[in-house]
Amino acid sequence: MSWLTPGEIEALHLSLSVASRAVLCSLPVALLLSWVLTRRRFPGRTLLDAFVHLPLVLPPVVVGYLLLLLFGSRGPIGGWLERSLGIHLIFTRNGAALATAVMSFPLMVRAMRISLETVDRGLEDAARTLGAGPWDRFLTITLPLMLPGILAGSITAFSAALGEFGAVITFVSNIPGETRTLPLALYSALQTPGGDAAAARLAALSLSLGLAGLLLSEWFARRVRHMLGR
Amino acid sequence: MLKVAVKKQFGNFTLDAQFESPTPGVVALFGRSGSGKSSLVNVIAGLLHAAGGQVSLNETVLLDSERRIDIPTERRRIGYVFQDARLFPHLKVAANLNYGRARAHGSAFVSFEQVVSLLGLKPLLQRRTHQLSGGERQRVAIGRALLAQPQLLLLDEPLASLDSARREEVLPYLESLRDQLALPMVYVSHDFDEVLRLATYLVLMDHGRVVAQGGVAEMSLNPALRAIIGSDAVGAVVDGTVLGPDTQSGLTRVRVGNGELNVKLAGYPVGQPLRVQLLARDLIVATLAPQGLSVRNNLKGVIASVTADEDDSDLIAVDIGGTLIMARVTRAATRELGLVPGLGVWALVKAVSLRGHTFSAAA
Repeated sequence: MSWLTPGEIEALHLSLSVASRAVLCSLPVALLLSWVLTRRRFPGRTLLDAFVHLPLVLPPVVVGYLLLLLFGSRGPIGGWLERSLGIHLIFTRNGAALATAVMSFPLMVRAMRISLETVDRGLEDAARTLGAGPWDRFLTITLPLMLPGILAGSITAFSAALGEFGAVITFVSNIPGETRTLPLALYSALQTPGGDAAAARLAALSLSLGLAGLLLSEWFARRVRHMLGR
Repeated sequence: MLKVAVKKQFGNFTLDAQFESPTPGVVALFGRSGSGKSSLVNVIAGLLHAAGGQVSLNETVLLDSERRIDIPTERRRIGYVFQDARLFPHLKVAANLNYGRARAHGSAFVSFEQVVSLLGLKPLLQRRTHQLSGGERQRVAIGRALLAQPQLLLLDEPLASLDSARREEVLPYLESLRDQLALPMVYVSHDFDEVLRLATYLVLMDHGRVVAQGGVAEMSLNPALRAIIGSDAVGAVVDGTVLGPDTQSGLTRVRVGNGELNVKLAGYPVGQPLRVQLLARDLIVATLAPQGLSVRNNLKGVIASVTADEDDSDLIAVDIGGTLIMARVTRAATRELGLVPGLGVWALVKAVSLRGHTFSAAA
């Protein structure tokens, strides 16, 4: 990758690492929430649904600020994490991953809910009559049939995570090598006198990454559709 | 014995049905669509919860709301063949078949090889489910249910979504299932031909209730059946035995009651149980011994009853030696011939209008 400068490689690497962590960690939570929101009826469901979707409508700066309040060193969760587990979120790439995960979470839940809604409950009933208990049914029938939605959701969330800016810069600032992901690097380049060329290169890099993500997602979707015989 | 008693309210619709049927055997739940047949089957399977009810199979209690017994579906060991097959689209045919097999408990009464050969599944095993025809899908669904080693098999209109050619393709498999496995079955249908071919016991349903139940021959004379299938389709179903071929005509001689019927069928061994339906509209009643007619079948008997039917016609039940058959004649004919109970008559029917359905001796 000699055609990229060390700074660009660092930002690219950081972006990929932050986005993958964000997606991998939010995947099980999103799966659980999409199941609960689709299949369960309980008081407060609408409220929970709205809460999950909040990052879509809130300004990212507000999300970053709320994260600072909760997960900052003096925040109720952040303070506890530092004291008992020694985990620092603020100004670290883990913190960047958290901010990114929160921002892209609703996208993932949405895609999973749509795919769960299209899973024929009749197939689950058929599995029941064949002797499959609840977990067995979920793992062998529901989950494989949700796979297109899980993949689509993950790839969309990953692409969005690569571009997350406001929440990251508010929560964990813009530290080279630690929290300066591609969009943050691009922003810094624009703030630097004579950084136009560097900014253009970073923009091109982001563009190629986004395009690759979309193509990859389409390819996956086709493979899975074929596998499911649709 | 399969015992079912169920109460459940759905909006304006009340399901309140009880029946008891001998096992093994095929119980047909028969009635118009919307009569509650599928709901009743879903309660038996445990997929639908009944407010009050009992379901038991031989000595096993599956549901008893008073004793708070409600075995979950996955532990009831009840196979279910749905109208729409419900094959798992992400699994190949072989994996679909193995799904229930891998989760079966207890001793296996039927092996993979047996099911594959019984249902002709060998050429389908490596296929994906969307590459199957409607009839093939149902055969795979039946095989999948059997391999879970159920103690009862429920079939909810398994042929309803198939055209008549596909239906004819699947029906013989269902017949051999009935004759070769001593597995109790509940067969839901709104097609009386399927019932005739498969059922050993008939439960008639209407508006969520069981209106009549009994053996198929006995039920064929029941007015409740007439109300469902209409007068034109009504006719006595008699269980006969093959006496042998009639060498001159090529027809098969079948003993029914103390008479004999010639049926357009060939190749059945002597002693083979055969079910024959004599449609009431195809029967002619004569008060004198008939002569000079092309009709091949001529059964002597005594009128058991005369009941008014729709369109100014009467249904004449004739006892032919312990077996009842039924003829539909106009009321004018009843009057002119003086048809009254106790009168000796001949019942005539053309051999070509009879259809026979085989049952193995085991059923």
